[in-house]
Amino acid sequence: MTGRFPYHAGRGGPRRRSQGVAVLAVSNLEVVYDDVILVLRGVSLQVPQGSIVALLGANGAGKTTLLRAISGLLDVHEGEVTKGRITLDGEEIHHLDAPRIVRLGIKQVLEGRRVLAEFTVEENLRVGAHAARGRALGDDLDRVFTLFPVLRDRRRRTAGYLSGGEQQMLAMGRALMSDPRYLLLDEPSLGLAPLLVQQIRDLIVAINEQGTTVLLVEQNATMALGIAGHGYVLETGKVVMDKPSADLLADDDVREFYLGLGGDGRRSFRDVKHYKRRKRWLS
Amino acid sequence: MARFLGALFGGLGQGSAYALIALGFVVIYRSTKVVSFAQPSLMVAGATAVSYLAAGGDALLPFWVAVPVAMLLTGLLAAGVERVALRPMVGKPVFTVAIITIGVDIVLRVIVNRLIGVNIRAVGDPWGLSVVTVGGIPLQVRFLAMMAALTLVIAALGAFFRYARVGLAMRATAHDQEVALAQGISVGSVFALSWAIAGALAALAGMFVGTSSGIDQNTWIIALKALPAIVIGGLDSIGGAVVGGLVVGLVEALVATYQPAWLGENFALVSPYVLLLLVLLVRPYGLFGTREVERV
Repeated sequence: MTGRFPYHAGRGGPRRRSQGVAVLAVSNLEVVYDDVILVLRGVSLQVPQGSIVALLGANGAGKTTLLRAISGLLDVHEGEVTKGRITLDGEEIHHLDAPRIVRLGIKQVLEGRRVLAEFTVEENLRVGAHAARGRALGDDLDRVFTLFPVLRDRRRRTAGYLSGGEQQMLAMGRALMSDPRYLLLDEPSLGLAPLLVQQIRDLIVAINEQGTTVLLVEQNATMALGIAGHGYVLETGKVVMDKPSADLLADDDVREFYLGLGGDGRRSFRDVKHYKRRKRWLS
Repeated sequence: MARFLGALFGGLGQGSAYALIALGFVVIYRSTKVVSFAQPSLMVAGATAVSYLAAGGDALLPFWVAVPVAMLLTGLLAAGVERVALRPMVGKPVFTVAIITIGVDIVLRVIVNRLIGVNIRAVGDPWGLSVVTVGGIPLQVRFLAMMAALTLVIAALGAFFRYARVGLAMRATAHDQEVALAQGISVGSVFALSWAIAGALAALAGMFVGTSSGIDQNTWIIALKALPAIVIGGLDSIGGAVVGGLVVGLVEALVATYQPAWLGENFALVSPYVLLLLVLLVRPYGLFGTREVERV
């Protein structure tokens, strides 16, 4: 572990359950699909409780795979952790199945929303409360409806007929029903109009302020780095950069490759080749 | 007219028993996407259990206790089969798994046949062929019991899938397994529970199939009537299974009553399959099969 303290907490807020080493840590993780396809090649990452951490990277970098490894969903995709470990508060969790991990308080919101289209909004939310046994369903519903008032208006509607933004809120609300400690969001802004991306962004901040730690996977780097305290850049299965968001936002390479800013005057083919050389970030 | 009403009533009654078996197929299919060909053996196993518990002079239990006990035992047996023979095959092509259920069916049937023996066994039902006459039409009590049982089961299943936490989890698993897992639903338990429910329903149906006529080593064939029922109704539709079962019973009874001589004596036995063919020509996904909800 390289020393990276102190961590930037997202936007502060009360931390309901912080005690001891409250951190979700991935160290030197290697994941293989179908026994042959090496997707993660030694990834390490830390998500301290209470923070928002952004995970950036191009398509195929391994972002979703990393989330699946944490939430125990690799099995479904014939994937397997072959090296390294994932720990929650110091306890290893990478050998647990998905239901156990959910009960430990880690919930993933899958990419593409994946609402249960033929269920009503309320039924979707009740499915999300499956792991919240022994808690009052009404309280959880109220909490989620307070965050997403539009869901309260639509609670009897069939989820498949909601708009894209509403479906994303439903997917997030469903995950929050069991009041998880950690929320893993996979591309929540995918396919949404800019105004809705703003709204989702504000909601993530609100969720974090209520005490839920967020690991945010995004292609929309501007949005993600705007709210995250710390960011990781993943490229072909390796973490190539790992800095506080502010530093990432100021980094020339990140500005060029992920934010589409800067890089004036480099327009020729030769310069593109130059990109490639320069892009070996840490070598 | 009385003849017609009699056929109608008998058809709906027998159809209720078919519907109970069909419901088992549908419950398993919805969670696992596998058509379980083990239902016939589970049906006979349930009927045999009732027979052992409640029939004869030295009956262990009163009939009304024996039936739920047999349902429970068959449910446990089914869940055990799922755990041992089918769980290791999760993720394999459904065709492979379906073939395994045929193997399970054969194994269970051999064991159950041994228990049935060569003679016809009574199931110890209190109805026999007794009849009540309503408005001049004689109605067999066993058919009334079948309809009542089906109604109860539909109401119970409907409430279970709509309101119970586990029922909702089963529906969620049927729609999207990864989403279900991500909400902390143990998909394996859902599979086992589906099998248990299907087993219990098969046992109930088996008891009804055995009323008055008893059970023998060929009783399992009756469970195959559920196949046209579920295909007519749509493989993944609870309501479809019920309607399909009733329709199969009705068609069979009406054909048996009115078949012209040139069709031959036992055309009623074939009629559900003819109907199946006709329905498939018009609606390949069955009468109530899902067409997905999608935003356009």
